[in-house]
Amino acid sequence: MTPRTRTGPRVAIVGAGPAGAFTAACLLRACGNAEIDLFERLPTPWGLLRGGVAPDHQEIKRLEDTFDRQTLRRGCRFLGNVEVGVDISHGELMRHYSAVIYATGAQTDKSLGIPGEDLAGSWAATEFVAWYNGHPDYRDLEFDLSAKRAVVIGNGNVAADVTRMLTLSAAELERTDIADHALDALRASSIEEVVVLGRRGPAQAAFTSAELRELGHLDGVQLRVDADEVELDPVSRQWLADEGTFTARTNVELLREFAARPERADARRRIVLRFLRSPLQIRGAERVEAIDVRRNEIARGHDGMLRARAVEEDAERIDCGLVLRSVGYRAVPLPDVPFDERSYVLPNARGRVLTPAGEALPGVYAVGWIKRGPTGILGTNKRDAEETVTCFVEDLAAAALPDPPDPGREQVDALLAERQPNVVAVDGWRAIARHELENGRRERRPRVKLASREELLDVAAQRTGAPAAVTW
Amino acid sequence: MTYVIVGSCIKDDSCIEVCPVDCIHPKPGAPDFETAEQLYIDPAVCIDCDACVEACPVDAIYAQPELPEKYGYALDLNDRFFGELSTAERTAG
Repeated sequence: MTPRTRTGPRVAIVGAGPAGAFTAACLLRACGNAEIDLFERLPTPWGLLRGGVAPDHQEIKRLEDTFDRQTLRRGCRFLGNVEVGVDISHGELMRHYSAVIYATGAQTDKSLGIPGEDLAGSWAATEFVAWYNGHPDYRDLEFDLSAKRAVVIGNGNVAADVTRMLTLSAAELERTDIADHALDALRASSIEEVVVLGRRGPAQAAFTSAELRELGHLDGVQLRVDADEVELDPVSRQWLADEGTFTARTNVELLREFAARPERADARRRIVLRFLRSPLQIRGAERVEAIDVRRNEIARGHDGMLRARAVEEDAERIDCGLVLRSVGYRAVPLPDVPFDERSYVLPNARGRVLTPAGEALPGVYAVGWIKRGPTGILGTNKRDAEETVTCFVEDLAAAALPDPPDPGREQVDALLAERQPNVVAVDGWRAIARHELENGRRERRPRVKLASREELLDVAAQRTGAPAAVTW
Repeated sequence: MTYVIVGSCIKDDSCIEVCPVDCIHPKPGAPDFETAEQLYIDPAVCIDCDACVEACPVDAIYAQPELPEKYGYALDLNDRFFGELSTAERTAG
């Protein structure tokens, strides 16, 4: 009997977030003998599922069980704490793998381009998210929550998440897996009001109706929205009737309902939704003291799109001590692979990365936000992964993949051993997960996250003993 | 009785893949699929087989009698969704 071919195609997936995980799972379904290495910059897998999805949305985090079952438990290797481009280069990956699939996401935020944006107290909402979710690179940030009012700029789901996190009670936060340093800071928060600014009107808000509904139903939190700002202008009314999505119509109805609510005297905190307002300038001598906003109206552009257009009148000043800017994520270029500087993605056709001349770069693929831009929800990545994997399978069948000169797993491992002494493999990750869940059980929380790289690496290497004692 | 999907749906289509009567909408490729924030179960077609509940990776699907109170809105939303979806769209799949 001839032994089964030991190796199928060797594939490196760069980035163990949802896009990388869906890709690994899909690849194993399509090509059962593929040898997959899942590279990850952090010691922990699952990207924004762990570090982005809000701590009070634990039900969504259950997706990690599916990721684990469909990837790591099916032989896909996890190579955590390894940064491609630093510890191992793209060229080196191409020496060891038939294909490299980039799933690196969009790691930075878009800027507003207004004066005062860089004042102390003005943050990208994504920094706040990474901080409260225990991303090890963000744990030392210090958010000053001593002011009475915070302003959140943006109307998407990250804006909704940070608004909730600023207004939930300590008792509610204590039931989540929020990072301990963030829990301590939010317990002591003096913030009483969060103003959320939307550039366009209620019909164009990017919130899902589920997130908007949630903002209006938080315990002890009054949601205020002015009836005048919810009233649609004629252009938006027509648009909603002709082209409005189900979500947009639901949002407008919800906002009308919220606007009609009576004032609550017993509210602990307030959320104020403002529409048709653009930030002009963030003011403050040394740190944020106020933000100037301008009123907009909705106009239809030449391309038929509805845009916010400035109304010529005096700016309104809103006093505040914290500004969270949530106007979108943006991808950063990766070393040694083409990058589209206008769309902030890897130039690609259905996931095949293209050279500047527009030809497919053999064996190089993209998936997720680095492929399509930062849009869609978690499940969008599954269909996106299917598309990229289909290209890979076609190329494999057509013998269009490069032949790596050093295809052995041992050679990659030897190289990594030289470059990065603290690679976190699957057993290390399982030790981290066990430790966090065990501490969570003691505190009746879903988990207690390890939020520094040192702690994560120590636990992964099983250098520490029993979980720390309960402190209260 | 029917089954209902709540707002924590991540639209990964696991339910659509297992539904034996194709009653979960919108379907990938349908005009409203990309803009839909969640999927919906057509109560007129659903046969209460429970397959979607088992398939959902984020436990976003409930049998109606077991629907937690905080998700009560999901039934109204579902009614509205199918109220707007024409019969032609429902059966075109």
